Amino acid sequence: MSHTTAIKSKSVDEKTISNTTSPTGGGQQGARGRGEAISGSVAVLEAFLAEGVSTIFGYPGGAIMPIYDALYDYQEKLRHILVRHEQGGIHAAQGYARTSGDVGVVFATSGPGATNLVTGLADAMIDSTPLVCVTGQVFAHLLGTDAFQETDVINITTPVTKWNYQVTDATEIPAVMAKAFYIARSGRPGPVLIDITKNAQLQKFDYEGYTKCDHVRSYRPAPIVRKEYIAEAARLINEAEKPFVIFGQGVILGKAEKEFKNFIEKAGIPAAWTIMGLSALPSDHPLNVGMLGMHGNYGPNVLTNECDVLIAVGMRFDDRVTGRLDKYAKQAKVIHLDIDPAEVDKNVKTTVPVWGDCKETLPLLTALVEQKVYPSWLQKFKDMMKQEEDACITPELNPTTEQMTMGEVIKVLNELTGGDAVIVTDVGQHQMVACRYAKFTQSKSNVTSGGLGTMGFALPAAIGAKVGAPNRPVVAIIGDGGFQMTIQELGTIMQSEIDVKILILNNQFLGMVRQWQQLFHDKRYSFVDIASPDFVQVAKGYNIPGNSISKREELKKALTEMLNAKGAYLLEVMVGKENNVFPMVPQGCSVAEIRLK
Amino acid sequence: MKQEFTVTVYTENQIGLLNRIAIMFSRRKINIESLNTSPSEIEGIHRFTIVINELEEVVKKLARQIEKQVEVLKAYYNTNDEIVWQELALYKVPTDEIAEKVKVERLLREYGARAVVIRKDYTVFETTGQREEINKLIAVLEPYGLIEFVRSARVAIIKASSGFHNKLKEFEKREPSEEVIENEYLGKGDEVFTM
Repeated sequence: MSHTTAIKSKSVDEKTISNTTSPTGGGQQGARGRGEAISGSVAVLEAFLAEGVSTIFGYPGGAIMPIYDALYDYQEKLRHILVRHEQGGIHAAQGYARTSGDVGVVFATSGPGATNLVTGLADAMIDSTPLVCVTGQVFAHLLGTDAFQETDVINITTPVTKWNYQVTDATEIPAVMAKAFYIARSGRPGPVLIDITKNAQLQKFDYEGYTKCDHVRSYRPAPIVRKEYIAEAARLINEAEKPFVIFGQGVILGKAEKEFKNFIEKAGIPAAWTIMGLSALPSDHPLNVGMLGMHGNYGPNVLTNECDVLIAVGMRFDDRVTGRLDKYAKQAKVIHLDIDPAEVDKNVKTTVPVWGDCKETLPLLTALVEQKVYPSWLQKFKDMMKQEEDACITPELNPTTEQMTMGEVIKVLNELTGGDAVIVTDVGQHQMVACRYAKFTQSKSNVTSGGLGTMGFALPAAIGAKVGAPNRPVVAIIGDGGFQMTIQELGTIMQSEIDVKILILNNQFLGMVRQWQQLFHDKRYSFVDIASPDFVQVAKGYNIPGNSISKREELKKALTEMLNAKGAYLLEVMVGKENNVFPMVPQGCSVAEIRLK
Repeated sequence: MKQEFTVTVYTENQIGLLNRIAIMFSRRKINIESLNTSPSEIEGIHRFTIVINELEEVVKKLARQIEKQVEVLKAYYNTNDEIVWQELALYKVPTDEIAEKVKVERLLREYGARAVVIRKDYTVFETTGQREEINKLIAVLEPYGLIEFVRSARVAIIKASSGFHNKLKEFEKREPSEEVIENEYLGKGDEVFTM
């Protein structure tokens, strides 16, 4: 379409592209003034400083060398963490974004560097994580020539980015970076990728300073709040006898934890969370009735199909939460608070849509709802929790089996951390168990790959989580399978001295797949029997102390030692090989058909 | 029931946007029957007209997802009843054949066709209309040695669109669009430093 627009009339000759050993030029760092000639690379770093970036996760390579050359002079102001694989870099940036609440920043080179970001982009896209990824690209004149390490990263990443853009001219960089940060963090956050050709990184131009972006004409970050819908929602809530709140990460992304708490406390409504919403409400809050979804708690699932008004806050009715849709909350009037209008009616038909940022809409709603309590309704959740305790929770947390369970490890961990730790999980059985049983006292404490289910997420994400929350203990809980997917990031932990505690729950299986094979495929264990190296030895090779235990008596001492270790530590806990996670809503079943065993 | 929908999308004029829109359909394995993209009457704003066969429920959600894209201004979807639409078609036929055997005059009148080019060897007719009308003329010309045929994508005007033009004009006036920056280095490799 662009052939219809006039080409910017500038010739190549006007550009100052020097051919020196340090093409971006050395010299001072920081706060470049107006009218100064700077390189595109320096402009990228200046943008970072202006946006408050302090840490970059990255990996250098040919096409991003000018930026790395410029970074050499910015080391005092911008910390660069050299990862071992670009996927590790982007997961680390995700972890950073999730615990800090700010934008995570990634550098990768062209070609394989850029393609290695794709999994992380998809993960960040589906979990609404704000990222700005900068990839190097071959020289603009080489685009489309199958040049060395050229790949069409813009088109590869289009479906997995909120926005992406290719820069071929350095003069664009300040405005494009400003737009990138604005789009990544505003509205429903998401990943943005900026691909910069090498010539643009090298090209010098007259810098006119950095102006933050607060508006893009074609983009509305949050819909206009409609007061009449809020009034209608309040009316439904006030008339309800069995209202039920379900909430997701929107509460955390909207930084609306307090507003959310005020709302449920005034309205007296029991609230259950999706795994992305976990930690937005303290675990011990009297209205916190537990987890939704496939491996969620019994009460919240069953009572979803019994409530009369279902109030969804900042969640998207993922299929792992709803189970069979045509049997999901059919009896209830549904109020859906979401910043993304495309989420309303996407999966579940809404009675009243409350469009907008929940930080803004929740207080408006709170003002209109009556102060209430629902003792008998709340008691139902408690009764069902009791049933679940007898059937699933007690055997998991206080097992009588010889082998340890994942749940008892989490229980002891809770006792030792008091719920103050950031818990990073990978994907699979250990993830579900950790989300079910880990206790949290503060928000932004649960970091996991929710939507995409990316095995290998936890170890690198924990690195970023620690950088984003440097004063809090960070425990990465990982299965033996997922750990081996990004095990190379132990090198990053070693080199950058990241204080993460790695807790491997080893059941010597790809446990979740094995569980499904057991339950739904006649126990035909097809390629789930995974061998592992001696993890403690591997860690030792990276100068990370560790321990491996298999006896219950050793558990508390070993976890204490892990938590008290100075710096990183790896603890492997051998757990029962064929334990299953229950309750479970089998695929294709309604939430009310949740199985306790 | 699946039916024909015309999706109208107003977007920024930016490189890569066609792909961003197109993958919204392909991701869901929806076939695009016809796609027209061209500048709207307001410079800097593009208009896509996309025809698909789908359930209304699906199209409704799809339009919201399209509108969510950063560089999309607005997405509408309409049934055929709600729009006025046309396609343009060109037919190339051998001149001698057609001159001898067909009453060209009748043909032109009956199908609202127009001769665009008349050469010794071939004649190009043009017609505008809806799918069926255009197809009818293909059938008529087929026996007379139709050499080549092409039809354009659908263009459609939404019946209930009062104020569209003024809104667009106002929008562009308030905040002029950014210029498209194309790759000015292609074919100029010799002039650029490389390593």
